[in-house]
Amino acid sequence: MRLVVDLNRCQGYAQCAFLAPDVFTMHGDEALMYDPQPDDEQRKNVRRAAEACPVRAITVEYGDETLAAGTAGASRVG
Amino acid sequence: MPPVSVDGYLEAFRRQGRIVVVGASLAGLRAAETLRDEGFTGTLTMIGDEPHEPYDRPPLSKQVLLGKVPPDHTDLPRRRPVDAEWRLGVAATGLDLAAKRVQLSDGDSVEYDRLLITTGVRARPWPRELEAELDGVFVLRTRDDARRLHHRLKAGPRGVLVIGAGFTGSEIASACRERGLSVTVAERGAAPLVGALGGVVGEVAAELHRSHGVDLRCGVQVTGLEGDAAGRVRTAHFSDGTAVEAEAVVVALGATRNTEWLADSGLGAGPRGIACDAGCRAFDVRGIVTDDVFVAGDVARSPHPLFGYQFLSLEHWGNAVAQAEIAAHNMVSASADRRPHLWMPSFWSAQFGVNIKSVGVPPMADQIIVTQGSLAEHRFTAAYGHQGRVIAAVTFDQAKWLDFYEGEIERAAPFPPEFPTVDRRPEGMQPVPAGFPDPSLPSHGPTVTLSGHSPTDRRITFTPRRA
Repeated sequence: MRLVVDLNRCQGYAQCAFLAPDVFTMHGDEALMYDPQPDDEQRKNVRRAAEACPVRAITVEYGDETLAAGTAGASRVG
Repeated sequence: MPPVSVDGYLEAFRRQGRIVVVGASLAGLRAAETLRDEGFTGTLTMIGDEPHEPYDRPPLSKQVLLGKVPPDHTDLPRRRPVDAEWRLGVAATGLDLAAKRVQLSDGDSVEYDRLLITTGVRARPWPRELEAELDGVFVLRTRDDARRLHHRLKAGPRGVLVIGAGFTGSEIASACRERGLSVTVAERGAAPLVGALGGVVGEVAAELHRSHGVDLRCGVQVTGLEGDAAGRVRTAHFSDGTAVEAEAVVVALGATRNTEWLADSGLGAGPRGIACDAGCRAFDVRGIVTDDVFVAGDVARSPHPLFGYQFLSLEHWGNAVAQAEIAAHNMVSASADRRPHLWMPSFWSAQFGVNIKSVGVPPMADQIIVTQGSLAEHRFTAAYGHQGRVIAAVTFDQAKWLDFYEGEIERAAPFPPEFPTVDRRPEGMQPVPAGFPDPSLPSHGPTVTLSGHSPTDRRITFTPRRA
């Protein structure tokens, strides 16, 4: 599983850090740090986090099938 | 020739043409995905000088240096399969525009019908070669750079010196402090980030460094690095006569565009990048736009209507993605269906626990006003003005306001802003000079470079002052 967060898009709502705390963590009040290649056991949490992101900033490749959340890394005004 | 032949060419090209992408990083990958998304079914060749599959670079100076993520765990997720032939670990060494052929470092060559260049930038090395070769002197741009630097930081060097307090240098210093290492930062300008965000915000950045225990030295140059008998770096000498002991030195003096391989190609390529039109088509040295060579990402410089149609060079993650998508779309589209690349410059940086974000082009500004929050609290929103209009905005830990200011930039709203804002403080009542240094003397290389109106302008303003 690979993921990337479009941090231009991210506004620090921290939904991901709440739903998948082993993958996404807040660094300070607003900066997000994440594991770009989390273990497969995190799959369910990552999916929930990607789906809950209010600005759809998380793009995930789950490995078996390619599922892109949101508009997949497209930038602010693309 | 009746026009139907042209349409016929495009259809045949989309079906069985040959596209070569030189540069297999973020922009190259997103372009390849877009080409397939748009129905291109011909052959696709991806050429990358690094031996790795496309990986993400922003984590290298953050999660990776902190040891939270291994250097080889930043592969970019794929949005879709790209069905390409990957030639990794092979650099492009030349381009023959007439023969439509890319020369490779292994002696091979690849022919194309349309070419996309996404060769990006590389770290500017320490200019004195013998000193740069000392054990313990690093740059940080690639995964392999990050692996080497992380390995050294993990060993707990007594004293780290970071040369250059741009975004990369500041993030490295932040990671070192978080690891408990003693860090000196040497910056030629008056403050960290001053070239990118100006002197007012630069002062806040300087406070961040100092309050986190960085020995920050501004207005000094490193005049020499000295090694011990075994060739390990030990001491750095400064222009003010002082010196520091350092067992690791990280050179963070900005980036150089990877255009040398195009030197004799006839493309409008130089140290500032490759000039292209708003549709990502490259200009040749005569200032004539090509129709089979496209450019995207850090290596491109393209005109932007919001900023006086000056050519902009942007070393921004989001620009690489957006420009790659536009370039790929235009490569397989008829003239009338093409789109312009009108991306709003945007970037972020996380350092010393603060989320810094920017939209627009701050270095164009003459004035700045803190519209929300407070500089002293390191939590604020500042708008930048250029000739009476809003040209950029920067937030420290206030990212949620940035979209609003982006709209203000897009509609060329008056500066200073005429609207009331929440959390307006006394310091935000009057604009003040933004405090950008003379652009001919940037210290660490701003990530946005305005490079004039001429597509064939191959000059460069950055001239590293020799010690």
